[in-house]
Amino acid sequence: MTINVYFEDVNVGDALPEWSRQTDFMHWNRYAAVNDEFIPIHMDDEAGRKALNEQGAFGMGNLRYAYIVNALQDWIGDEAQIREIGCEFRAINQKNDVLTVVGTVTEKKMADGEHQLVLDIDVVNQDGKKTCPGHAVVAVPARG
Amino acid sequence: MSAATPVALGERAMSEDETGTTRTTLVTPDMEARKGVWGSERVSPPISESDIRKWAIAVYWPETPPPIFWDAAYAATTRWGGIIAPPDFNPFAWPIVTERPEKKKADRPKGPKLRGMNGGQVETYGVPMRPGDVISARNRLRDWEERDTRLGLTLFSYSELEWRNQRDELIKRRVSTAILY
Repeated sequence: MTINVYFEDVNVGDALPEWSRQTDFMHWNRYAAVNDEFIPIHMDDEAGRKALNEQGAFGMGNLRYAYIVNALQDWIGDEAQIREIGCEFRAINQKNDVLTVVGTVTEKKMADGEHQLVLDIDVVNQDGKKTCPGHAVVAVPARG
Repeated sequence: MSAATPVALGERAMSEDETGTTRTTLVTPDMEARKGVWGSERVSPPISESDIRKWAIAVYWPETPPPIFWDAAYAATTRWGGIIAPPDFNPFAWPIVTERPEKKKADRPKGPKLRGMNGGQVETYGVPMRPGDVISARNRLRDWEERDTRLGLTLFSYSELEWRNQRDELIKRRVSTAILY
């Protein structure tokens, strides 16, 4: 059993460790395979352009959401649990974009008998563009 | 994927449809009838360890995913006592039956044709999914609100998805916002 984060050791204003991926067809096709998400706009440049994205095919919003999950899970570890994620998809994930999940702790609270941390989160691209602003709530162990 | 654009309170209190008819509400009788009513239930195939492992490999590619998703011996040492799935894991991928009754064209909501945007989603999580779990899912139109925005009369529609396991424990609840104008 490994505990990554104790409630008492986190402060409001602390940053979520950044979590990045450079995404392209190697990532999108694998995600399409497990999520049964074979949609032309994510697989074919011509279909992407027909959907008014000049650069062609583009990545799935669901995969970007998975990156948020991964960033949170890798930070809090296996003894903790993600309780809530909310976000808006505001920009397209272009081929070869470097997506980085970022976050900041905004609140510490007790809720439902759990020690919970609230974070502002986002997924920014290599240009610093905010593509997926939102929030998250995680329940973490306390030293007790 | 459509981008969600913030909508400002604004200029017009009414909206025109494609025929030029002015509307004072975007809420249809069909919506009123469906409000709060759960649709038919879907049931997933049993989740396998291999399903979870492949999902984790895909979402962590090209790095190795955490062992909680594929190493039974390690997972047994955690609070969960075994392998669990990532919270965004989809047990409904690759269905044999591809069309649910409410998806049939004849049953689709009736009303004026509107333009729409994805207004985002909030997911709350209960217990994790595990190998062997069978997940049940149901949807409903939860509620809505209408506001005057820079787009004219705008409808914010909130749909709710709920997943439960075979012990009737909540797995997750997703509330999605559709912006229609």
